Amino acid sequence: MAVKSIKINGRMVSARAGESILEAAEDAGIHIPRLCHVEGVSDVAACRMCLVKVEGNNKFVPACMTPVEEEMIVETETPKLQEYRRMIVELLFAEGNHVCAVCVVNGNCQLQDLAIEVGMDHSRFEYRFPVRGVDLSHRLFGRDDNRCILCTRCVRVCDEIEGAHVWDVAGRGSKSRIVSGLKEPWGKVDACTECGKCVESCPTGALFFKGSAVGEMERDRDKLKFLITARQKKEWTR
Amino acid sequence: MDLKELLTIAAKEEEEAKEICINCCTAAGCNAANAVELKKNLDKAVKAAGLDHKIEVQSVGCMGLCGRGPLVEIDPDNILYEQVKPDQAASIVDAVNGGETTAIQFDMEHPFFAYQFPIVTENSGRIDPERIESYIAVGGYQQLYKVLYEMTRFELINEITVSGLRGRGGAGYPTGLKWGLSAKMPGNQKYVVCNADEGDPGAFMDRSVLESDPHRLIEAMAIAGYAVGANHGYIYVRAEYPLAIKRLNKAIQQAKKYGLLGSQIFQSNFDFKVDIRIGAGAFVCGEETALIASIEGKRGAPHPRPPYPSEVGIWGCPTVINNVETYANIPVILREGGEWFANIGTEKSTGTKVFALTGKVKNSGLIEVPMGMTIREIVEEMGGGATVGSTIKAVQTGGPSGGCIPASKLDTPVDYESLQELGTIMGSGGMIVVDSETNMVDFAKFFMEFCRDESCGKCIPCRAGTVQMYEILQKIAEKRATQADLHILETLAPMVKETSLCGLGQSAPNPVLSTLRFFREEYLELIESSHNGKVPVSAERIDKS
Repeated sequence: MAVKSIKINGRMVSARAGESILEAAEDAGIHIPRLCHVEGVSDVAACRMCLVKVEGNNKFVPACMTPVEEEMIVETETPKLQEYRRMIVELLFAEGNHVCAVCVVNGNCQLQDLAIEVGMDHSRFEYRFPVRGVDLSHRLFGRDDNRCILCTRCVRVCDEIEGAHVWDVAGRGSKSRIVSGLKEPWGKVDACTECGKCVESCPTGALFFKGSAVGEMERDRDKLKFLITARQKKEWTR
Repeated sequence: MDLKELLTIAAKEEEEAKEICINCCTAAGCNAANAVELKKNLDKAVKAAGLDHKIEVQSVGCMGLCGRGPLVEIDPDNILYEQVKPDQAASIVDAVNGGETTAIQFDMEHPFFAYQFPIVTENSGRIDPERIESYIAVGGYQQLYKVLYEMTRFELINEITVSGLRGRGGAGYPTGLKWGLSAKMPGNQKYVVCNADEGDPGAFMDRSVLESDPHRLIEAMAIAGYAVGANHGYIYVRAEYPLAIKRLNKAIQQAKKYGLLGSQIFQSNFDFKVDIRIGAGAFVCGEETALIASIEGKRGAPHPRPPYPSEVGIWGCPTVINNVETYANIPVILREGGEWFANIGTEKSTGTKVFALTGKVKNSGLIEVPMGMTIREIVEEMGGGATVGSTIKAVQTGGPSGGCIPASKLDTPVDYESLQELGTIMGSGGMIVVDSETNMVDFAKFFMEFCRDESCGKCIPCRAGTVQMYEILQKIAEKRATQADLHILETLAPMVKETSLCGLGQSAPNPVLSTLRFFREEYLELIESSHNGKVPVSAERIDKS
């Protein structure tokens, strides 16, 4: 296997050919903020949080989907990138109805974590207060569109790991929504195996276990990782 | 089919041609002005006058002066009648026969026609788009024969590279280079795609080519297929162009029947077929990666490039995607030679460009001009200037992805680089003339609304950023905004531009950035006339979706 050496934030980092900048940085202990990336499933580069600057490229590139190249020089924390990341998080908060105080994942939410990470204490953009629905038709789980940030993690996890493809995206632009089945209530979708992987993968409180109270729900994110390692490396350990 | 048969068809067509031809435009623009009725009446009038041995009434494609349709042209006298009413048919036939007519004649020496340099539109308005024989008679499909028997793939690609042809869809990527990339990719299965999902408001160049000369596109796609080693082509055309779809379907059937599509074209070992895919009305599907997803039957959402479609396209196979106008240049480049083409236009932008001239201008319609012509010549001389009682304030190019050129910069030549310097783009060829009546904030708001509605929703900067920018523009337009809002707009616009995933989001802020650059005072005026910036939160702001 070919190995490449790249430079991230001035540090030499070795990477396997075909690896993404994000993976190489992670191995080297350099953290790049991300939101739509989940280990083990394909990437979509939708959240734009992991954008980095690559020397010689006049556009920012998503670290999750850009393969390393020999002698690549990457900057992950330029002032501009930090500012843009903060604006992205602000846009997300203004777009949906994210009220931490009444959310099941308060204190265990990746959007919340990200807001703290990028130093967002308020949104400069006006809150949109959209009218969105809640689907409680499933026996075990619930979906609250108010908290959905359309990262499509659930879509990919269900399709690529569970193979059920219960989820997909409908609508366009700001009217895009995650839908189950053929836009049916979740509880009516025969394809759903009730495995709960989508719930585990959700970064916010949009998908949740029924019966969780405010701040009570914790996600077992390692479960997904365990499944993927088990499949790819045949290592059945947690 | 072999070359001899092709030439026989052309000769027969020539022989059967009648002395005088009345060309009646039946493309979408004139159709909307009742050209179908007119054509029927012309047919009747010729019969009634007993002149069918001498005069032929031909249904043709676009003649360009769409704002004054329906148009009727008399060949070979080169007389053009504008705004012809169906009941004037008999009088036109009279005039052909030496009599008088009530129809209004348009001066063919007018700059609108005199300044044009038809390459892409050379057959538009001259041949019958629904008859393959009509295309063959003007040399159609001979270039396909030539490349199959006289040129290797790389000679062909070199010829295109020499011509300097750049993608006419807007980005201006060199076509020869694009073909070369796909040709060099390994793999047995490759595809050729024609992007006919023309969605910019005010742009109708591609529609006109599809409706006026569909066989040219099919020939060019087959040539591209030979160049890169593809045996399958897709034309992705928007459903809003029913006449174009109908004519394309007809053209494909005719080409198949004549053995110009299918297996062993011209008895060579080259196979090529073309399928039509109809878009479902999403603007973003004009973005090439979204277009590919849509052809594959998936949700039309873009994905990051690289990998570019030339390497990984439809179903993972190398795919060449070009715009309609780009393809339409190919047969002429091969006929006249790459050098000839490279001598037209400017050094870096060779050839011609078709523009859809619309807005507050006297003569609106389609024009094809050499690159490097100034915008002033196009708008003031060809277009005849602003409509009566107003003055030109700006010219907008590139649709929702482009920007405005203020009246003071009208002497800018149209080429990719000069337009980019002004913060706008060549785009696919929409050219909208804005007059003093239009407020530039409103104008920017219109395009932002368009982008907001057409964003696919995949990436956050575009999905949420366009909503926020639209709201701020709305606030400014309604005199509810403060300087702080303008500041937010000015920080958000570059952020959306630099962080969005695809071209739609990356270019969505352009109308705002460009109007802010040249018409900042109009923004400030509205903000200063706001009620001291102290207006309560409006209930309308709340998104009801």
